[in-house]
Amino acid sequence: MEIVVLVKQVPATDQVKIDPERGTMIRENIESELNPLDLFAVEEAVRLKERLDGEANINVLSMGPAKAVKTVRDALARGCDQGWLLSDRKFAGADTWSTSFTLASAIEKLVPGCDLILCGERATDGDTGQVGPMVATFLGLPVLSFVSAVERLDQGALAARREVEGGSELVQCPLPALLSVVKAINHPRLPNLAGKRRAKAAEVPVVTAEQLELPVEKLGLKGSPTRVVKVSKSQLSRQGRILNLEDDPTAAVEALVAFFTSPPSAPEA
Amino acid sequence: MSNQLDQYRGVWTLAEVRQGKIHPVSFELLAWGQSLAQKLGVELASVVLGSGVGDQVDQLIAHGADKVYLADDPALLDFGVEPQAGILTDLIKQHKPEVLLGSATTTGRTLLPVLAITLTTGLTADCTGLDIDLTERLLIQTRPAIGGNVMATIKTPTGRPQMATVRPKSKRPLAADPARSGEVIKVELGPEQLASRVKRLEFTPEETVGAPLQDAEVIVACGKGLKDVKNLKLVTELTEILGGSLGATRKAIDLGWLSYSHQIGLSGKTVSPKLYLGCGVSGAVQHLAGITSAEKIAAINSDPEAAIFQVADLGVVGDLFQALPLLVERLKQNTEGSAS
Repeated sequence: MEIVVLVKQVPATDQVKIDPERGTMIRENIESELNPLDLFAVEEAVRLKERLDGEANINVLSMGPAKAVKTVRDALARGCDQGWLLSDRKFAGADTWSTSFTLASAIEKLVPGCDLILCGERATDGDTGQVGPMVATFLGLPVLSFVSAVERLDQGALAARREVEGGSELVQCPLPALLSVVKAINHPRLPNLAGKRRAKAAEVPVVTAEQLELPVEKLGLKGSPTRVVKVSKSQLSRQGRILNLEDDPTAAVEALVAFFTSPPSAPEA
Repeated sequence: MSNQLDQYRGVWTLAEVRQGKIHPVSFELLAWGQSLAQKLGVELASVVLGSGVGDQVDQLIAHGADKVYLADDPALLDFGVEPQAGILTDLIKQHKPEVLLGSATTTGRTLLPVLAITLTTGLTADCTGLDIDLTERLLIQTRPAIGGNVMATIKTPTGRPQMATVRPKSKRPLAADPARSGEVIKVELGPEQLASRVKRLEFTPEETVGAPLQDAEVIVACGKGLKDVKNLKLVTELTEILGGSLGATRKAIDLGWLSYSHQIGLSGKTVSPKLYLGCGVSGAVQHLAGITSAEKIAAINSDPEAAIFQVADLGVVGDLFQALPLLVERLKQNTEGSAS
């Protein structure tokens, strides 16, 4: 079985700093990491391969700048077999539409006959969750989103559980298909020493727009139907009142009770 | 090109049906839709796809729809991306609305990305603000990004319809006006439009305290400060008295205290309650990202330096195990008092 895992390099979440004047992200000296939600997709691919007694080949694809090769190697260290990095200045500034176009085209070209595509439910930076369903649609494949368990997998079909509002649903579909997975699906293992060695030695081809024979008008910013026109710092911090329980427990409890029933302090944005 | 764009007129919202009922998020979308349609001077239409929902379309009209497109068939009983996307693609190509809004629920966040590809247009996820730029006749979409650290404003200059998923509870529904009249258009469906490769085998409802988190008006969330799963009953009791839903931080989930469906934050759910109360929640950025659109935030934590106090409207520094029983006792007096 040919499995594809899509991964993204994101800024480490706890290191994000915003320029208070310009409202833009400070990118200098920020560490990047494999999107935390993609770890579950990588782990699930490895587990499915184990369930298939090793009869699977796991391909990991990422689109990003040259330094994102680190992310591909991280996925290789965790058990993926073969990695590619789609990197080209022509891909820069892509929104979810043109990112998905590029990834879908690359899957067709690099892993023809692929049976299963796995991705994280969303990336922690863009936070859209759109790329999975979009890639599936470009490829004409069924999409199962918010997947928390793959209950059955054989050569022709799978059954999976989706987490939706108020419960979960068990669905089945034929292969090939795309699954976007949530955190509940597994507990990712850490890469072991052998995996790290293999990843370090692995050849990770850098694939360009020209190699994929892609029309430039569908790539990067040029191929993106949406435009970010403004970015501003959000008003996350509030003018809060802080009380100390020990000073006066009754006053603190009364303040909470009054607060629960009071109208919101700030007008609606 | 601009000539082609001018063919698109009108604002559409997608109604959401869950377990055979039109869900109230559909009315929130109509409230957004009406403000946009008025600015553009166009009609507001809602599309509903389901089985046996025909007698509920009045609710959509009462909440602001001028027109309702109704696709009703037993095959549409459960949400299926493929038939829904197919039917909507055909309808949109035929009627050409300039704006299409869906809810940022598991349904909307699966369906609209598919439509963005079948219709070759842009999609903005999880918006908390929508407006119209009349000079260019464009939808202005505002959404939190990078873990809620920034607000991004996004436009779709050339693609049509301009599509957005909208965060639940980002706007109150308009009061229902049963006297409003509107047109109901039945959508003719062919068997090929109802085919689906994905089949639903079963639905398992989850036993939770209160409504699903995304629908909750009041959320009590617990974090590592709760120290032990056996203390969970303290927050559960408080949650029940407040008529709220129980949430948790990633740490509380990873410790196995509650199931994943309770997790709030970057790797869990984004919530927009009227009231959020964090109990022993430290306020890691990943958790805060999920609560930025809560109307009111309160927190109880023993650590005065906890980051949750940076975002709380009201913070109580103190021992959770002292504060919670006092609070529960006080609120019980309240309910007993009002009952007598």
